[in-house]
Amino acid sequence: MSRAGTILWFARHEGRLVWRDWLWLMSGRRRSVRRAALGVIAIALFLHGFAYLVLHRYGDLSRPPDQRMLAVVTAMLALYGSLMVSQAMERVTRAFYGRTDLDLILASPVAAWRLFAVRIGAIAVTIAAMSLALAAPFIDVLSWFGGVRWLAAYGVIAALAMVGLALAMILTVGLFRTIGPRRTRLCAQIVAAIIGASFAIGVQFAAILSYGTPSRVALLQSEALTKYVPDVGSILWWPARAMLGDLLALAAVLGVSAVMLTGTVYIFTPRFGQFALATGGVPQSVTRQRRRSCRFCKTSPTRALRRKEWTLLLRDPWLVSQTLMQLLYLLPPAFLLWRSFYNGSSSSALLVPILIIAAGQLAGSLAWLAISGEDAPDLIASAPVTTACAVRAKIEAVMGVIAVIFGPFVVALLFIAPISALIAGLGVAGAAASATSIQFWFRAQAKRSQLRRRHTSSLTATFAEALSSFSWAGAGALAPASTWLALIEGLFALAIVAGAWAISPARHRTRCSGGSQQHRAKRIEVFEAGYR
Amino acid sequence: MDQDVPSFALEVRGLTKSFEKPAVDGLDLSVRTGEFYTLLGPNGAGKTTTLRMITGLLKPDRGSIAVFGIDALADPVAAKQITAWLSEEPMIYDKLTPMEYLEFVAGLWSVDSRLAAARARELIGWLGLETHANDRCEALSRGMRQKVALAGALLHEPRLIILDEPFTGLDAGSARLVRSVLRERVHAGCSVIMTTHILDVAERMADRIGVMVAGRFLAEGNLDDLRRQAGAGDGDLEDTFLTLLETGAAKRAVVA
Repeated sequence: MSRAGTILWFARHEGRLVWRDWLWLMSGRRRSVRRAALGVIAIALFLHGFAYLVLHRYGDLSRPPDQRMLAVVTAMLALYGSLMVSQAMERVTRAFYGRTDLDLILASPVAAWRLFAVRIGAIAVTIAAMSLALAAPFIDVLSWFGGVRWLAAYGVIAALAMVGLALAMILTVGLFRTIGPRRTRLCAQIVAAIIGASFAIGVQFAAILSYGTPSRVALLQSEALTKYVPDVGSILWWPARAMLGDLLALAAVLGVSAVMLTGTVYIFTPRFGQFALATGGVPQSVTRQRRRSCRFCKTSPTRALRRKEWTLLLRDPWLVSQTLMQLLYLLPPAFLLWRSFYNGSSSSALLVPILIIAAGQLAGSLAWLAISGEDAPDLIASAPVTTACAVRAKIEAVMGVIAVIFGPFVVALLFIAPISALIAGLGVAGAAASATSIQFWFRAQAKRSQLRRRHTSSLTATFAEALSSFSWAGAGALAPASTWLALIEGLFALAIVAGAWAISPARHRTRCSGGSQQHRAKRIEVFEAGYR
Repeated sequence: MDQDVPSFALEVRGLTKSFEKPAVDGLDLSVRTGEFYTLLGPNGAGKTTTLRMITGLLKPDRGSIAVFGIDALADPVAAKQITAWLSEEPMIYDKLTPMEYLEFVAGLWSVDSRLAAARARELIGWLGLETHANDRCEALSRGMRQKVALAGALLHEPRLIILDEPFTGLDAGSARLVRSVLRERVHAGCSVIMTTHILDVAERMADRIGVMVAGRFLAEGNLDDLRRQAGAGDGDLEDTFLTLLETGAAKRAVVA
């Protein structure tokens, strides 16, 4: 048993909370180790299958590294690293601004820096674990096809997590000092999102400018790039070489990363308590005050609900930033569309799936905000409005935003390729409707500020939403080549949506005649009542 | 009194709700028109669950609920049209101003826009919120937020007001203001049913009090009735309530 208030004691406390949270998520909120283990095995099998499908067509993965291979691997690491920095920044900000138990700990006579040291360590472990969990299937398949040397990639991912966290801490503390605690929360989240998207988008822009295609691989494997990148022996390639099994490079990469993280924690840890105290007096979000008086307009319940959703979305700078960040990924297709229009060439086939995926993702977020993120569910439930009417109004609010954002793309496409515009319109509608339906069936009351963590409320809903968006995008991509294949892909998307409905809590709410189903419906009602 | 007005604002019969264990167990409850009724009970007695079922926020397992003669389970929209619900946690939107919130509530209850605007101004003035009428609710204190929620509850001129712990977190001035608003509504013919743990408020305001334990009534009536049932002499409501709980617990122990 560790002494109270020590780093070890805090680590035990945090570890217990994290373990219970994870168990709750992985076992479908039942806190069963067996269910969690089954969930992990199922996800691991799925991801390994996916990695096999992606990698099996690549030929010789065991050949000695050349410039092109090193460029592709380095670019993948940069992409992964930028996402890690983004994730780490978001978590570091949350560690300082989330007040769940900070007031209790800061009011106690223990040294707060110990808690933050533990939390920073926990962030490093979480980032590394999440990144390894996502990368592991690919690394395993690569080592199966290309030899055991690929297993060194595990070490490189861990090193990336350390560097990512160190950079995130430096950036967050830098923001804190330059713009103050009041603005840091919002700015750090915007910077995190931009960093996460910047590398992927930057390479896409370069590929469009050079080759007229958003394909990053085309750019990375081009002759032109090979001319400009350094020789195979350059120090720049060390992370890539480490990834490909060079043990000396791996030791160097791990060593530098560990020193960087330890140094950053050592320098910043003593000030963590002060930062947390400074954030205590900051309101949850930065807002502009509105001094315009309100005019009561003639309205209906549906119209009032729609207007309320749009007003709440527009007035929350954080939500606007989170939503607009998803639209950053639309910049390359918008640029490609503009170029196609200008040059008279047609790249519409590349645009359609990107638009469809973006619409699905955005609709999922907006539907989550409107349905699960309702701030006053009791008010709506106690109003003389039928559930169907309230739900319809919220769906209309979501679809209205999707139409405003994606409508101009479809209209612009209409001038270049009318058939592609039709396919894009249908695909956007299908993906948005699927994502919205899934969010409605898997709704669970939450705070709007938890938007970034909406994916953790139901893994099934997250997978179903992503799979349906990708399937609609696949249908959109196949449609110009083969109507039948597109139809099959579209039917697959509908099957995913139907499957999501079949296992959703909403279905169990509506049909609960049998004993066990009645019990399950009751459990769901208890769960929902607990949120109110 | 108008002959068309039913004598009971609320009639609940055999109301039952179970979660993991019974929360409300065959409850019968009647609130007269123009009556101020208070539900008391220890934590977990089933008070909030009862009110949530009456409001239509929870579906009962068994039983019937009639609001001014309207079957609230068969026609919930009609029942909700004349009902207001105010919970312990104010149901408002941080990013809306109090006036915008009231405009939204008027839209939900389909109140005529001119009438709603006039009532909103009146309620805002009445509750002392004029200076904050166009500030966003996120800037308001807890007491002010509760007053905004109360204004929203009264905007459509409900005939039955259901309140769950409305005085939690209110300062003395705000609590007095809310009490006077509720009293005024009762004088105007409204019926109020409220839960509270502040026994002093219940003693001063309630026409009748129901004491609930484990989803059932332990005692019901005015203060004198409760004193008689408790055998607690001339004690105040706190003494009477605690005596009732003690004797009730002893009886349950004997039955068990």
